[in-house]
Amino acid sequence: MATSAVEHAPPQITSDAKTGLWSWLTTVDHKRIGIMYGVSAFVFFMIGGLEALLLRIQLGSPDSTFLSPDAYNQLFTMHGTTMIFLGVMPLSAMFFNYLIPLQIGARDVVFPRLNAFSFWVFLIGGLVLNASFIFGAAPNAGWFGYANLTSVQYSPGPNTDFWVIGLQILGIASLAAAVNFFVTIINMRAPGMRLLRMPMFCWMSMITQILLLLAFPVITVALVFLMVDRYFGATFFEVAANGDPMLWQHLFWIFGHPEVYILILPPFGIVSEILPVFSRKPLFGYAAMVFSGAFIAVLGFGVWSHHMFATGMGPIADASFGVLTMLIAIPTGVKIFNWIGTIWGGSIQMKTPMYFSLGFIAMFIIGGLSGIMHAAVPADLQQTDTYFIVAHFHYVLFGGAVFAIMAGTYYWTPKMFGFMLSERIGKFQFWLMFIGFNLTFFPMHFLGLHGMPRRVYTYPEGLGFEFWNQVETAGSFVLGASFLVLIWNIVVSKRSGVPAPADPWNGATLEWSIPSPPQEFNFPEVPEVESRDALWAMKRAKGGTLPEPPRVDGSHIHLPNPSVKPLITAIGIGVFFTGFLLGAVWPMPSVTTINLPIILLGLAITAYGIFSWAFEPAE
Amino acid sequence: MSTHDIAHPTYTGLDNRKVAIWTFIGSECLFFASLIGTYLVYKGRSVVGPFPHSEWTSPTGEHFEPIFEIPLVTFGTAVLLFSSFFVVMALAGAQHGNRKMTLWWLGATIVAGLFFVGMQVYEFYHFFHKGLGYTTNLFGSSFYTLTGFHGTHVTIGVIWLATIFILALRGKLPPEKALNLELAALYWHFVDVVWIVIFPVVYLMR
Repeated sequence: MATSAVEHAPPQITSDAKTGLWSWLTTVDHKRIGIMYGVSAFVFFMIGGLEALLLRIQLGSPDSTFLSPDAYNQLFTMHGTTMIFLGVMPLSAMFFNYLIPLQIGARDVVFPRLNAFSFWVFLIGGLVLNASFIFGAAPNAGWFGYANLTSVQYSPGPNTDFWVIGLQILGIASLAAAVNFFVTIINMRAPGMRLLRMPMFCWMSMITQILLLLAFPVITVALVFLMVDRYFGATFFEVAANGDPMLWQHLFWIFGHPEVYILILPPFGIVSEILPVFSRKPLFGYAAMVFSGAFIAVLGFGVWSHHMFATGMGPIADASFGVLTMLIAIPTGVKIFNWIGTIWGGSIQMKTPMYFSLGFIAMFIIGGLSGIMHAAVPADLQQTDTYFIVAHFHYVLFGGAVFAIMAGTYYWTPKMFGFMLSERIGKFQFWLMFIGFNLTFFPMHFLGLHGMPRRVYTYPEGLGFEFWNQVETAGSFVLGASFLVLIWNIVVSKRSGVPAPADPWNGATLEWSIPSPPQEFNFPEVPEVESRDALWAMKRAKGGTLPEPPRVDGSHIHLPNPSVKPLITAIGIGVFFTGFLLGAVWPMPSVTTINLPIILLGLAITAYGIFSWAFEPAE
Repeated sequence: MSTHDIAHPTYTGLDNRKVAIWTFIGSECLFFASLIGTYLVYKGRSVVGPFPHSEWTSPTGEHFEPIFEIPLVTFGTAVLLFSSFFVVMALAGAQHGNRKMTLWWLGATIVAGLFFVGMQVYEFYHFFHKGLGYTTNLFGSSFYTLTGFHGTHVTIGVIWLATIFILALRGKLPPEKALNLELAALYWHFVDVVWIVIFPVVYLMR
């Protein structure tokens, strides 16, 4: 902990040479944890992408029998759940982990062991969710899990149990990480880095942590209700006992709508870092960007029912939520105009991160516009449950979030791994992704307005859906191939080995002031910050450029000790929750049951983990 | 630059762990808000009894008394409220290095917490025998889930305070480490405040 004294520290070698499996299992270094988040999230992302391709093959022709209806349900549920909780969120977490301490000039996050704990819990949650495939019982009630599709009556197998348990585990990871990053940003900033001097990525990240902290407890409670309904026969969502399935929808979307801002605000932060650097101009309207981000977060808690217009809430509720939803266009529009204002009159350098950032703006605008369309209740009643909605959220979450994450990947890979990615292959990937993305998702607008329902495994011949569905399926493979190009780029660039200097892009933020990749202690001396765009200011003060920072001996710098306790505690939590599944999947009874000994074992391991953690010296 | 510069104080001057526990408490508010909100949404919606405040005779002629009995829970509430005062005294003792004071007041807090949990266990047992099972009706499910989660929080608080009690007993809670107790106390106050909402909303409001 930063506040504790550091005397009596034995000199220790903090070289970058720590290797081996054990060093990864016990690491508390935010950079290594960030890389682990990135790698596992990318693997999950590719699995989610494969699921999408299978769905697209099924939909490529009418009356297809490539997938059974049940397999289709499992795949679209897992595709949504995976992309949200195991793809985009942890990819953002990769950037939180790697960048927040570097951008605010800190040695690590505030609670390094808690950070490792978050990662391990996330990984276990992702594995539990995907383990459902082994039992042929992947979740099949949609990522929204509407009651009473999830009741024992309509979902008798363990499918929904995997979903509930997986999400509960992932929720713990998100909450622990959110506390950690929030306190890190509040308390670990370098001297002089006032809140309104922070890089925009840190601002958007901080707002995201607040959303996580306030949104995740709500879905935790909703999932608890669902669990006790399924496991113990409670009636929270049982209509026969006067339980109300609408309660699920309200609780789910009170979480679910902030969740979409949890997915998009970090990408907002990423492009807000990249556009200024490649336009050679400070971010236009910094304060407006901060407050519009905060405004989006506040509004995000007041619009959840726009996901529920079709449920018949009545005109007053519909109108209020519709109007509030349209209000979101204001802060979002402020952001878009500020990004454009940043580029305006800049000395634009068209590097790969800039391609993806500009692609982000364009695609996000399309997604935003269709979003305003179904903020209008009468329009939404036509569009809801059609492919128009699928088009909308893929334009914001793929055209928005994933494009920005790609931009960030190209921008920060030199910092994280010390080599430059190929510009040539990068631009090729961009065009492949851009074309594939639009081929896949733009026709969904047409199909949706022509009435093609979503979440249905096939469509009959002769409704006029064939052509665009074929185009989409072809496009989806182009889109999928673009990620193979990314892997190809990484392999080729790693081999050809153009080493990255500390500051390859002439960056504005502190992470570019230290060698690539950074040494374990990040900053040999804690930087002092006197303005926004701290590194640009430092360069100006030194006449334009800084010398390449040397790698220094950091043996005098005191770092947190590696610890295996976070992993043990995370395993305890995994075992605890697995106890709710082992009764269900083996020997597959039709009624969900629990395995009490396993649950108690999990509790015991967790308790051991927490106590040994609490009494283990942190430094 | 000396190694001391590395351990720079936090930017805000607030202790990291204290900010963290406040952050966590903020998150917990939404947790309990969801549970209390659900209880209120389902209030009066149960299609079968027994009911919280009124008698009920089943179609088969079985008679059920009202479930809630206010005196015992009022006493439990008072004990829990006083425990918040006890833990403040314990913290004052720890901050002033008065070990005896810390131990006595901390002991009183733990006993009060245990009494509250015991009261709740007795109450659950008693309610069950009056005919209110966990899945009997919406009232049973939402009541037991809400108060059960609160009771779990109290139990965790008792374990946390007991751990610190043992530390203090061994002389490992010097004034400069009083923060360890303060963190647990903040959590304890929060659990208390939640009950201050639950008690009138669940037990008193008809």
